[in-house]
Amino acid sequence: MSIQTIDASRIEPGFADPVLDAQSVFRSVLAAMAEPGKIGEVEIALKPAGPLNLATSAVCLALADFDTPVWLDPPAAPAADFLRFHCGCPIVDDPADARFAVIAGDLPALPSFAQGSDEYPDTSTTVLFQSDALVPNGEWRLSGPGIRDEARIGIGGLPAGFATAWQQNNALFPRGVDLIITSGRQICCLPRTTIVRN
Amino acid sequence: MSVLAKAQPKDLEVLWDNLPQKPGWRTLRRPEVGMVMVRGRAGGTGVRFNLGEMTVTRCTVRLDNGLTGHGYVSGRNKRHAELSAVIDAMMQDPDSREDVRDGVVEPLCKMHDDAQQAAAVKAGATKVDFFTVVRGDD
Repeated sequence: MSIQTIDASRIEPGFADPVLDAQSVFRSVLAAMAEPGKIGEVEIALKPAGPLNLATSAVCLALADFDTPVWLDPPAAPAADFLRFHCGCPIVDDPADARFAVIAGDLPALPSFAQGSDEYPDTSTTVLFQSDALVPNGEWRLSGPGIRDEARIGIGGLPAGFATAWQQNNALFPRGVDLIITSGRQICCLPRTTIVRN
Repeated sequence: MSVLAKAQPKDLEVLWDNLPQKPGWRTLRRPEVGMVMVRGRAGGTGVRFNLGEMTVTRCTVRLDNGLTGHGYVSGRNKRHAELSAVIDAMMQDPDSREDVRDGVVEPLCKMHDDAQQAAAVKAGATKVDFFTVVRGDD
């Protein structure tokens, strides 16, 4: 087993109050996941860690621990020490091994992540995607569980062909990845059940 | 760190109060209590085994000058862990290192040695030497 050392000299502080802040962030994620396409906000004070925005940093601190391997795309890689120090989570090289993936650059192809199994669909990767802009009433039209008729949202930075890729993700149900999209302190979720059209 | 971790919290507190200059700091990781598995080797050379769990409090601080210190102490005294972390960071600073060594670490070291010495003397007084009288036959 290799021993990885952490250079603590550049690590930012984590939650000011680990219990209450984690509960608050968890609540924000829960609300966003329950109403896909609705833009929520992380309501805590936190200094974002390097390439991560505030919402991504907060969600990682709240959800990742030693049981959840995390994969970082190359632009997010400088945050590895921050996550190791505060969450104690293993950082893995293969996105298919990860419970959480943090994407600060372009969104990779969704099949490269863990898709879960029919028996354990919860073992798929939850992908945290940092968007450069999240706006209500944008070009994407969402429907499915948690949405009364239709929700509209604009998500900056999604790759061309995302609608097709997401359809293929829908088709895997109950398997497939869930997407948490963040921008600044904003957060919006696309669970695997949400249907996306543009 | 071993000296700080073994120190009595009240001794550390007194020596800390006597330090002339104290830096400002903020916590990177607030003092938190947890368990660690202590592992041992029979006779120091045998196969590793899990001896048992012990309670540990840890803390990480960043001084205002940017240095980072870690404190790990046994028990649940959070103040002890935080002060240990601050002193760990101050020991990395060439400007404060001498003050801290002379004012805190050396005295704690001496207290620890004295306590061990006292315990050894107390135990030594009750020591019984067994010996076998050589018997005369053959």
